[in-house]
Amino acid sequence: MLLYIVRRMALAVSVVFATMVLAFFLFFAGPGDPALNLCGDAKCNTQRVEEIRKSFHLDEPVSKQFADYALGVVAGREITSGGFTKPCPAPCLGYSFKTDQPVTGLLVARIPVTLSILCGAFVIYLLIGIPTGVYAANRRGTAVDRAIVGTTQTIGSIPYFVPALLFSLYLTILHPLFPRGDYHPLSEGLVKWASGLLAAWIVLGIFGSTGYTRYVRASMVESLAQDYVRTAKSKGISHHKVLFKHALRAALSPVLTIFGLDLAASFGGVIFTETIFDLHGVGYTAVNALRTSDLPVIMGCLIFSAAMVVGMNLVVDLVYGFVDPRVKVS
Amino acid sequence: MTASPPTSHGKVGLHDSPSTQGTRHSTRSGGSLLQVTDLVVQFPTADGVVNAVSGLSYSVDLGKTLAIVGESGSGKSVSSLAVLGLHNPQRTRMSGSINLDGTEVVGLSEEGLRRLRSNVAAMIFQDPQSALHPFMKVGDQIAEAYLEHHRVNKARGRARAIEMLDRVGIPNPQRRARQYPHEFSGGMRQRAMIALGLVNNPKLLIADEPTTALDVTVQAQILDLLGDLQKEFGSAIVLITHDLAVVAEVADDVLVMYGGRCVESGTVKEVLAAPRHPYTWGLLGSLPTLGAEGDELRAIRGTPPSLISLPTGCPFHPRCDFASRVPHGLCCSALPELGPRPGQSEHPTRCHLSALQDIYEEEVAPTIG
Repeated sequence: MLLYIVRRMALAVSVVFATMVLAFFLFFAGPGDPALNLCGDAKCNTQRVEEIRKSFHLDEPVSKQFADYALGVVAGREITSGGFTKPCPAPCLGYSFKTDQPVTGLLVARIPVTLSILCGAFVIYLLIGIPTGVYAANRRGTAVDRAIVGTTQTIGSIPYFVPALLFSLYLTILHPLFPRGDYHPLSEGLVKWASGLLAAWIVLGIFGSTGYTRYVRASMVESLAQDYVRTAKSKGISHHKVLFKHALRAALSPVLTIFGLDLAASFGGVIFTETIFDLHGVGYTAVNALRTSDLPVIMGCLIFSAAMVVGMNLVVDLVYGFVDPRVKVS
Repeated sequence: MTASPPTSHGKVGLHDSPSTQGTRHSTRSGGSLLQVTDLVVQFPTADGVVNAVSGLSYSVDLGKTLAIVGESGSGKSVSSLAVLGLHNPQRTRMSGSINLDGTEVVGLSEEGLRRLRSNVAAMIFQDPQSALHPFMKVGDQIAEAYLEHHRVNKARGRARAIEMLDRVGIPNPQRRARQYPHEFSGGMRQRAMIALGLVNNPKLLIADEPTTALDVTVQAQILDLLGDLQKEFGSAIVLITHDLAVVAEVADDVLVMYGGRCVESGTVKEVLAAPRHPYTWGLLGSLPTLGAEGDELRAIRGTPPSLISLPTGCPFHPRCDFASRVPHGLCCSALPELGPRPGQSEHPTRCHLSALQDIYEEEVAPTIG
């Protein structure tokens, strides 16, 4: 078991490293010049651009830059730019080209915002998705079932940002029923924290839950047809117990996989939600960094998302072994 | 058990009327533990109505074993699931009567059915691999059935589960009770399934092909176990199978089903030693025999009929080798009565042929050895 986790961790590290290499070299292969970008509206002459380039070591070969960067992530380094030397302890993700903030500190500030959005939204996914899915499966083929499937499919096929923008426009700007862009860390109090995130939770939660309703329904329909559910019924136990203790227990394990991977993918930022509701999480930060060719920030966001995806995959596998006794984790 | 023959019939009818089926038993004093009378089970589907069981009657007494034999889709499982009311009432049409220990099951409320299930009649399913919940410990699954019908605490339920596992011959039952079904071998799983079936000491045990998924050597052990437990508990067993060797070994009575109907029934001796229905001949003929090297396996030609559009007349006539011997194409137009015919068949047989005994003894018996 321990050996398995160690092996998976080693694999996870290599995947993250591969992502780093790919992202770093893609950045330099693509268009956009960070040095030119930093000049902003002021027109720089060639000499000035060259100076900027030099101060960020962009004049060095890409492979050398990458080696410096990668070493910094593992062991920390000192960064000299424009004659100053700044310390950057491991995990050193560099300093933002644009704001000169340390990227590690920036991420530490932005990650809780994304996590806060996700934790509320994913609770809503399950709170809506499981009961409606079970209810529809239990009444398969009836009008209620068709109504639930039809509604979720309709909502699910609307591009998410349209209703999110409308919601944000009408309920946070024109009629400010919900606060906007008002993130407070949990340490400032539960109510303050939750009220700032409520709008994002509702919209993301409702839209994200439609998929879960359908996963749960499909999975329940399948498990209700299983022989062991018939066995459960033949024991004389109540329909309620057959439904929840026997059928749902089995139906939830495939849903768990989807849930874990969905959550993993969202750690990289829920870009639409963060942008529309003005919540400065990882996704918002990454989009802004891309716009300004801010390489260290882009890399930081990317490494974080990649680490989350591989990490969550491992967590899902471990939890799966716990949920389904047939799965031997190793 | 005695399969119920109609008491009187003078004319050949297309359908068995309730008045001619099972009359003897419904008026008999005392009655059988399970008495099925003119049972009809239909499933309306988008493609049409599936006539799974049509006019089936039989009864089983305590301490006796009735084997219901037939191919897949003959209605044998469907009729047995109906005894416990396990069909989805929204998708099933049922009529007729199922009297289980004095309670009418057809039309019984869910509450009433729950009191019967496992308590009065329990089921053992074909494939214990899929019939036991993969995520629940074996002991917990057995205890759950016991706790549902007894006002005792969980510890007592667990103890009962261990006791039952021990009783069905599972070594080290304390440890086994805490294991999951996938940690059991096939034979052990079926033993656990039997323990689950017997945990509430039911009067009737319905075993739906209990040995089909098992090795031949394990099959014999399971059948012996069922026989021993029946002697000990005195319960009745309805054994659903397509294996006539199993029938010969354990059953008292046999009921052969085809296309949702009973085509022949009687004691094991009557049906296996003097089979009278061409379908039963076919079943017996398709048993492989050792030593008959080079011989191809014999099968009944054709395939079982679609239960949505059953053939007119006798449902077996398209596959029957003898239908041409019945004059006026009667086999295609009229459903034969289920009844004994003096001199031809001493037990109920549903066939138009007039010389059943002669045909069997002269033409069929020599070929099936």
